[in-house]
Parts: sequence; structure tokens; C-alpha cells
Amino acid sequence: MITPERLSDLHKDILKEIGNIGAGHAATALSGLVNKAIDMHVPSVKLARFHEVTDLVGGEETVVAATFLRVTGDAPGNMFFILTIDEAVSYLKDLTGDNRIDEESILACDMTRSALQETGNILAGSYLSSFSDFTGLHLSPSVPHLTVDMAGAILSAGLVEMSQVSDYAIIIDTQLKESEGERTGIDGHFLLLPDPDSFEKIFYSLGVPLDE
Amino acid sequence: MNKTKTETIQVKISDYQLAQPSQILKTTGLGSCIGVVIYHPSKQVAGMAHVMLPSSKLSKGSTFNLAKYADTAIPEMVNEMKQTFKVSPTQLIAKMAGGAQMFQFTGKSEALRVGPRNAEAVKEALEILKIPLVAEDVGGQNGRTIEFNTDDNMLSIRTIHKGITTI
Repeated sequence: MITPERLSDLHKDILKEIGNIGAGHAATALSGLVNKAIDMHVPSVKLARFHEVTDLVGGEETVVAATFLRVTGDAPGNMFFILTIDEAVSYLKDLTGDNRIDEESILACDMTRSALQETGNILAGSYLSSFSDFTGLHLSPSVPHLTVDMAGAILSAGLVEMSQVSDYAIIIDTQLKESEGERTGIDGHFLLLPDPDSFEKIFYSLGVPLDE
Repeated sequence: MNKTKTETIQVKISDYQLAQPSQILKTTGLGSCIGVVIYHPSKQVAGMAHVMLPSSKLSKGSTFNLAKYADTAIPEMVNEMKQTFKVSPTQLIAKMAGGAQMFQFTGKSEALRVGPRNAEAVKEALEILKIPLVAEDVGGQNGRTIEFNTDDNMLSIRTIHKGITTI
């Protein structure tokens, strides 16, 4: 098994490319949803200690709206689409044209909840299908689950698999950002956390040797 | 300056820390993890662990962090308390919080049941050491940040939806 500590630079580049292709497609999908240009940052592959994972999205107690889904199939894993609470509110206002939306109403209101959940679903779906095309692996997303809570509490749910083999997580992080606009609209993070056993399958599917 | 300044000690995920009188133990963003505090009711000393998984038998890796698992973190922390504070386990009391189920899934992912399993494992580990669990706030679907104050032995629990409660 490839543990996080054993990951080479070549392996990291491959994982970055997965983030690149996946989030690129997701950015296009998001751009279509909000009718705005969306930029994608160069993906990063982070080897982080568990307590550092939440720093990616602003700290353990930062309140975020997260869509979480389980990836099943040949290379299972966990996937998050994360917006800070302010970004989620502003995104939903843009999407629905309803300016009364606020932090508390996101989860309480069926319409905003399902709009956000569906966004996560569309973005994760386009991310995964390009990941699947690139590697030839069969991957399918579970029903997405949306929650609003502390980043630490949410992200630790995605670390359970990896925590059984290591104190580190390998995270493919890609940031999506609105290209223009005075206010910060969307600045979302895609986090893909393959299960420990999935790395070998991903590298094998692309003909990359496990050692060196 | 005759009053000692209250100092807060942060407990990270898969970690435990001990506190002297007038110190506060804090751990943030507990989801399915459990924050367990074990304290001496009159000596104002305590230890807090932030455990991630119920059993060290789940470990498949080469590295092994005792503080990650309920069944190893608790005996290890109590042992250290025994040496540092010269207290006997029979004098100690415990409280715990956490063990939420952040996402409701119907699949068979391990992540599903880890919250409730963590809570059970903490109880078992405490029973083995005969340390009574006097208060708990576990389960639900909310993240929690907890703080234990050695001055009054109270554990305060903050969630983003329900505010602060004290047990």
C-alpha cells in the first residue's frame, strides 16, 4: 500500500493532473450555472497532518457549507465541495435572485438547501466523470450530503479511512474563483481524498510505477 | 499580580494534553471524534484527549499514534496523570462530548458509525479503569468545540446551531 509518506514527486504530479482536469470541468459547469467566468487555481496536492487539513479552508472553527459525497467504484474516496458561509450566501443570492437569504435560512429552507446540494452534485459529477475518463477507472458518486458546520467537524468525517493507516492525509485541493467582480462571490474548494488503497489503483491505471 | 493568568491549552486531533490548576483545556471542531476529559475533583488537575477512532485494532499502518484511538489514548493519558499529578485512577472522574454523525449515509462506509462507536469505546475504556463518567453530550449531527476549566470542573460545549451548554 502507498502510504502518504511514500508518495513521490511524480505521484504528486499525477494527482495534481487529476485535480486539474476534474476541477477544470467543474469550473465550466459552475460558470454555466451562474453565467459568470470562473477561474481555477493550479491544483495542489497536500500532504497534511490531520490538524492541518482544516487550515486549507480557514481553520477548525470556520463555519462552512460543505457538500460531501462518497466516491465508490474502482478507486473509492471522499469528496468535498466547500464554501465559507458568506460565499454560500452570496452564491445563493446570485443563483436565485433572492436577497433575503442569510446564514440561518440556508439549511432551513428547502429551496436554498437543494440549490446548494444540486450545485455540489453537478460540480462533483463533472469532476468525477473527467477523473474517470482520464484514468479509465469506474467511479460513481453517492448522493451528496450538505451540511453547515465547523470545518474541523466536517472534514474529520473524510479522514476516517486514511486515519487507519496514517497520521497524514493526501488531499487534492483545487480552488475555484470568480474571475471578476468587486465582491468575493465564489471561492470554493474541491477536496478529493482517495482512500488509502485507491492510490495504487489510480497509478496503476495510468501505468505509473509505484516505486521511485 | 497575585492571580495566575488563565492559560488555555489546545488539544489537537489525535492528541491529549494535561492541565494544572487554573488552566483550561480546549479542543475545537469535534465531529465524529470524541473529546474526553478526565479530572481529579478537588486537586484541579485534568487531562483531555481528542480521539478519532474507537479501537487500535483498526490500525493498518506502520506508524502508531496511541492518542488516536479510544482504547489506547485513555489508559495512556491516565497513566501520565498518575505520574505527573500523583493521583490514583480511582479518584478520577470523566466527562465526554462529540461522537456526532455529520452526514447521514445509507452506504457501508466506515465513516458512518464511527461517532457512536467512538462513544462506546470511550465508555468501555473508562469502565476498565473504573473511572465514572458523570456527564456526556454525544451524538446528534452537530460539530462541537469544548473547553474544560480546572477551576470549576465544568465542560462547556459550543455548537454553531445551539450555542453554548455546560455539563
